[in-house]
Amino acid sequence: MHISKRTNISTGKAWLIRAIAILGALIVCAFVIFAIVKMNPIKVYISMFNGAFGTNKRIWVTVRDLMILTCIAIGLAPAFKMRFWNIGAEGQMLMGGIATAFFMINFAGKMPLPILFICMIVTSIVVGAIWGLIPGFFKAQWNTNETLFTLMMNYIAIQFTSYAVSKWENPPGSNSVGIINRSGATKNAGWIGNMFSKGYNVDYAWLVLITLVLAVAVYYYLTYTKQGYEIAVVGDSENTARYAGIRVKNVYMRTMAISGALCALAGFLAVTAVSHTISTDTAGGRGFTAIIVAWLAKMNPFVMILISALITFLNKGAIQIASDFGLNEYVSQIITGIILFFILGSEFFINYEVHFAKSHKE
Amino acid sequence: MEKALELKNITKHFGSLIANDHIGLTLYKGEILSLLGENGSGKTTLMNMISGIYYPDEGQIFVDGKEVEIKSPKDAFDLHIGMIHQHFKLVDVFTAAENIVLGLEGEKGKLDKKAVHAAVKEIADRYGFEIDPNKKIYDMSVSEKQTVEIVKVLYRGANILILDEPTAVLTPQETNKLFAVMRNMKQDGKAIIIITHKLHEVLDVSDRVVVLRKGKYIGDVETKNASQQSLTDMMVGRAVSLNIDRPHYENQRDTLLVEHLTVRDKEGVKKLDDVTFTARGGEILGIAGIAGSGQRELLESIAGLQHLEEGSKITYINPEGKHIDVNGMDPLDIINNNILLSFVPEDRFGMGLVGGMDITKNVMLRTYRRGASPVLDRKYPLDLSNKIVNDLEVMTPDVNKTPIRKLSGGNVQKVLVGREIECHPTVLMTAYAVRGLDINTSYTIYNLLTEQKMQGVAVIYVGEDLDVLLELCDRLLVLCGGKVSGIVDARKITKEEVGLMMTKVGGGA
Repeated sequence: MHISKRTNISTGKAWLIRAIAILGALIVCAFVIFAIVKMNPIKVYISMFNGAFGTNKRIWVTVRDLMILTCIAIGLAPAFKMRFWNIGAEGQMLMGGIATAFFMINFAGKMPLPILFICMIVTSIVVGAIWGLIPGFFKAQWNTNETLFTLMMNYIAIQFTSYAVSKWENPPGSNSVGIINRSGATKNAGWIGNMFSKGYNVDYAWLVLITLVLAVAVYYYLTYTKQGYEIAVVGDSENTARYAGIRVKNVYMRTMAISGALCALAGFLAVTAVSHTISTDTAGGRGFTAIIVAWLAKMNPFVMILISALITFLNKGAIQIASDFGLNEYVSQIITGIILFFILGSEFFINYEVHFAKSHKE
Repeated sequence: MEKALELKNITKHFGSLIANDHIGLTLYKGEILSLLGENGSGKTTLMNMISGIYYPDEGQIFVDGKEVEIKSPKDAFDLHIGMIHQHFKLVDVFTAAENIVLGLEGEKGKLDKKAVHAAVKEIADRYGFEIDPNKKIYDMSVSEKQTVEIVKVLYRGANILILDEPTAVLTPQETNKLFAVMRNMKQDGKAIIIITHKLHEVLDVSDRVVVLRKGKYIGDVETKNASQQSLTDMMVGRAVSLNIDRPHYENQRDTLLVEHLTVRDKEGVKKLDDVTFTARGGEILGIAGIAGSGQRELLESIAGLQHLEEGSKITYINPEGKHIDVNGMDPLDIINNNILLSFVPEDRFGMGLVGGMDITKNVMLRTYRRGASPVLDRKYPLDLSNKIVNDLEVMTPDVNKTPIRKLSGGNVQKVLVGREIECHPTVLMTAYAVRGLDINTSYTIYNLLTEQKMQGVAVIYVGEDLDVLLELCDRLLVLCGGKVSGIVDARKITKEEVGLMMTKVGGGA
């Protein structure tokens, strides 16, 4: 057997390989399901589908979660394009969430709603930018390892969040912030759906809209602007960038500030549009899941939406089969794992060709 | 004569590209065979199939008359085939002897140093190598490292040796030593294939020449019946002029003054020591020296990529006669001060180009800043790319899809040189501009440089082939260990004199 790198592959063939991978994953999962729990795999798959799309509400929840995940992945894209391994999205998102909650709690009713929203957005962006800038600055000045640095910044952000939660506890003693502005004079203040009008799922509609705008903006920024070009050059070869007169340190800092700010915007959305509260679970590991999303999408924001959709669908499906069939959650995680394994594996066959050398004896 | 190796109908495809198209080739024992061809003609692919790195799609390989299958480097090694690659595969912190036995199973897992040393010495004596088995690789010169590679292959019992461009990194003296060793090996019945682009070496060392062109076998010829001209014509497929024109430019003017330039590396070692010279517009200033004598640091200092020591001074004189201090500027300052400096660096993908990007995006590397808009202008670089591709006959499927890394070395270099010339420089620096390029492309590049010179550009040409340096350049600056060994008129000096200056400051005279 011999493996060689493919020189070129048509888009159609690449998608065929991916489709085969998903089919293969479903078949393997079917065997696993049958072997472990002796159930009809088709029923299990239907149940998974129901979990994600079974009711109107479920569809909205799926859309909601996939948009937040996409938004974080979009935030990671500029940093990853620069080969800067920002694994600090979790912390950057939390910092944005704290900034948002701060204004919702302390300034609701004290300023007009549009001003309140502007404050929430601007502070999240600033705080996120600073949170991203710190590792960017250290990398630029002293070439510190950004992976460790951004990871450690996550824990600081989590501690900040804990502090904020204990400070804003409501009701006292609950060790949680509770739904902010649930009722009373400031009812729904700072909920994004309340900005202009109220109505069914307006929150989520805003979420979708903002995420799509960000996707277009980041795609445009990375593909068509001079700064986006500089990011790509720095990512490919720092020396080439220096040679071309690009000030690499500035690009590191600028790009990390942008990446941090975008991830913080995801935190802003998670608070104002989704949970209306802040806790250490506001990021909930999605900052890490988004890394997979960004990579599988090869930093293309539109593909990120598709990948996020798939991952969210798998999550929702897994939860559903766990409850429908009384399986423990590990079985559903096995299934998700197998499917992801196949999808990641399919990339290998898209990039490489496998030949089986025939022994030619005449 | 007995056949050592025979290839029949060897074919290898890469996607839709045919790298080797039904190639047949015979190598006899006690023969040195030169494999000649332009870049992308399929030489390396063919050798990689003999040494087990690729597996042919079709065809048969015979070793000592028996049909064999070579599926891995280990198979090749078992058949006593050894390849010496262009890039050495040695462990820096090990000694020569340790590298030589690396990966071999000793008796009972023990390393018998004495036996190894004795065997190494025996090989060295038999073929005339100079090798110290106890010397660490990191202490060795390029030529010593190469010796270790060759001894390693011989120690493992190779009877068929393949050398891929072994002389690219050697001085003339070292090359002569290598050739002497190769002749000794030939006397001993070894069969040797050498890949080189330098025709005078082909004529000097080999018995027979096989020429490939675009993946096809063109023919073989006894070296004694061949000449540089006949071989070139075979390689290129048409008659090519092999003379480098050296016209004189009348209105030379000083363009770049370098004074007391001193540069240290990260460890504090002086890489350049008090270098002073003037580059003149309308002249090609050649820089000669053993690899690593400070050539890279010199060019990078001028380009604003090195930290200069106190007392160093670089002055640029613009066409209006204004003196501008360049020391302390970074590349962006240089651009912003309107200093028209172009630089073709040695490391094409590590510095001059972005391998993962297409031609257009590489061409815009120098000019993307133009205009106040934050959005990239795509039309200008696209037009420029098409112009470079047309003018310099760059072979590429397209200018705005294929990553430049996928083009062959010659085409990559044409894009790089083309881009730098299109910046309309007043100083043009090139480092090893023709390294790894075939003869046809090399001459294209020489002509481009001479054209620039005749437009009044100050050309600085760092080269390794002394024949070319002496033919192309007007003046020659010889570096030795970071010091200026001498600045001489290239029209009035011999290769041997320059060779001496390269190894000793002032040439020892």
